Amino acid sequence: MQENLHRFFRAARGVGVHVSPAESIDAMRAVARVGLSDRGILRDTLLLTLAKSEDEKKALAECFDLFFSQPAPSQPEQADEAKNSRSAPGENPAAEMMHDLSEDLSPLAQLLLSQDRAAIQAAIANASGAASLSDIRYFTQRGIFSTRILEQMGIRGLNDDLEALAATNPVLAERLSELTEALRDNVRDEVSQALMLYGREEAENLRAEILRNAPFGRIEPRQVEQMRTLIRQIARRLRDRYSKPRKRQRRGHLDVRRTLQRNAAWGSVPFLTAWKKRHRDRPKIVALCDVSGSVARVSDFFLLLIHSLHEVVSDVRSFAFSGNLIEVSEILKSKGAEDAMRDIMSKVGFGSSDYGNSFADFERQWLATVTPQTTVIVLGDARSNNLDPGADILRRISERAKRLVWLNPEGRLTWGFGDSEMRRYATFCNAVRQCATAQQLERAISDIVATYR
Amino acid sequence: MTENRPLASIEAVEVGLASQGYIASRQIATAVYLSEQIAKPILVEGPAGVGKTELAKAIAGWRGLKLIRLQCYEGLDEAKALYEWKYAKQLLYTQILKDKLGEVLGGAETLDAALVQLHDFGDVFFSKEFIEPRPLLQALEQPAGCVLLIDEIDKSDAEFESLLLEILSDFQVSIPELGTVSAVVPPTVILTSNSERNLGDALKRRCLHLHIGFPEQKLEERIVESRVPGISQTLRRQLVGFIHEVRTLDLKKQPSVSETIDWARVLVLLQAFELGHDMVRDTLNVLLKYESDIEATLPHVTTFVAKASRQNVFG
Repeated sequence: MQENLHRFFRAARGVGVHVSPAESIDAMRAVARVGLSDRGILRDTLLLTLAKSEDEKKALAECFDLFFSQPAPSQPEQADEAKNSRSAPGENPAAEMMHDLSEDLSPLAQLLLSQDRAAIQAAIANASGAASLSDIRYFTQRGIFSTRILEQMGIRGLNDDLEALAATNPVLAERLSELTEALRDNVRDEVSQALMLYGREEAENLRAEILRNAPFGRIEPRQVEQMRTLIRQIARRLRDRYSKPRKRQRRGHLDVRRTLQRNAAWGSVPFLTAWKKRHRDRPKIVALCDVSGSVARVSDFFLLLIHSLHEVVSDVRSFAFSGNLIEVSEILKSKGAEDAMRDIMSKVGFGSSDYGNSFADFERQWLATVTPQTTVIVLGDARSNNLDPGADILRRISERAKRLVWLNPEGRLTWGFGDSEMRRYATFCNAVRQCATAQQLERAISDIVATYR
Repeated sequence: MTENRPLASIEAVEVGLASQGYIASRQIATAVYLSEQIAKPILVEGPAGVGKTELAKAIAGWRGLKLIRLQCYEGLDEAKALYEWKYAKQLLYTQILKDKLGEVLGGAETLDAALVQLHDFGDVFFSKEFIEPRPLLQALEQPAGCVLLIDEIDKSDAEFESLLLEILSDFQVSIPELGTVSAVVPPTVILTSNSERNLGDALKRRCLHLHIGFPEQKLEERIVESRVPGISQTLRRQLVGFIHEVRTLDLKKQPSVSETIDWARVLVLLQAFELGHDMVRDTLNVLLKYESDIEATLPHVTTFVAKASRQNVFG
């Protein structure tokens, strides 16, 4: 059973439940106490000891049902028992007859002809154990594992039997070849199930890795939802890293109350001093996002990320523009990601971008939102369609703000070519970064937040 | 711990909790049983009013142990949760000592001798005499063991979690001036959380994670039966059926078990035998705590009552 539990832990990691060695030890101890007789209790026990949240519980419960629906590699004596029960005078005389005919066939052929499903399933499970099926990671490995299992079960002997029988006993040969096909199907199912159990983690990692490095502009519509999930994960990671209130290195005023308490034993002569600590400011962010056709997708994910960071960032004001500029903070706060983006797009999206006009809009109405604690992030390709770039306005914004960061979805090579004004804008920016993939986005945001620590 | 034999099996736990009027699902009973067997705290999560705190009370009542409760809130710190020095008393002692200083040092001929004598006194200030034990330390000092309820841990700061880690894993605390204080008898620890913020992994790892959701219909009926004995079977079944229908709506605050029980009590007081349309409309404010929720539910009342009474026919 120990072996089985270990395999279950591995499967649990596959569905995204973190099982540390210490937790697996706890789970083992718990299982030892409750025993294995009651499946429901075993399930509850594993859920209690391994899962750490409701989502994990759900995933683990599914994993449990899947895992224990397949018979575990059984002990040899169990297989023997199955064989004994089979050879007892059965209610299936046809099988009995077949059995007599097939005395000199290979063990696998005999097993198949016996039509004892439990025994066959147990044999498959044993062979999968020997072929270390639980090491399967990628779907491309399905073929090789199927072959290994079949070989382990003695498919060679079975094929020899088939050839031999084809000449002597065609009826039996046909029956056997049917059964062989069925066996192959079973093995294939077994392997697919194992892939679902053990391969999920690797597959997820691989997919996430590809997605992280895929340019936002080029992902397909069906991947958008996955990308949103990924962005949410990134947001959670950034939150975990930066959300704890930071204490200042330098101490603040003398804390009179605590100093007196601490020195009470010496008649309140202050030998030990206690100091008040002040907390650091949280980042304030003003984000200006280009939502014209060329950059809309990137802005979408950027806004989603920025607005999932409320624990880290105390104040976010977001603005969207293409031809002109509007504030979108409220829309993003009140609606889901999908609806909010659609709403924003219908208001300002899909025009050709006019940076000069949009910056002017911002300066006229919202320049007061920029304070010396604010980081201003502009996200756009800086392609102003040969209109007035409004670089002087950007300079004034930059002078008011703590930092001005420009995120450009285009590669460095194209900056300054064609109608790109990136080089002119760059002189007023504290940093200009390329930001076309989830990974680059994460790094950019992480750097911005880190400057406040 | 021979007097703790009632924890012999999961069934025994279920029966024991039931004797306190707490009808536990199999999962809850398993958690309580395991926590005792492998000496781990239970972290209970779930919506408000499903009986998280009640569980701790029921365990304490059933096993005849003292319940020590620590209500968490923002800004809760060591001094309020663990221990505090009795500053005033220390101050008083210094004053007394000052007067007696001449007497104490009377025998000392040299400065060195006086210092040696003073050193013997110095330690007096940081001894058990001057410690004010707060709930966590109290729990460790109970000679017969106890149930320690750390309520709404999610309301406390992240720093406070780290403070708990030592207690949760080893049932001991370290006081710098005194050394380590270990539990006389390891307490049964229950932590509750409303998932207001995500708890740290370190804390979660040390606990059994129990999620109590809204109970199934059968279980909830049994809970009502045990808490409101005067209620008729028909009404009980209709009432629970109605509440399960209400929970399918998208509400600000779903009615939980405590509201079910309150509502059952109200209906019994009003001497209702069956769930009537008007009766429900008049008492809906017991069940739902927001005006907008009541408005959202009102149009469905007739259908829900009908569904609930139909269920009664077939159930």
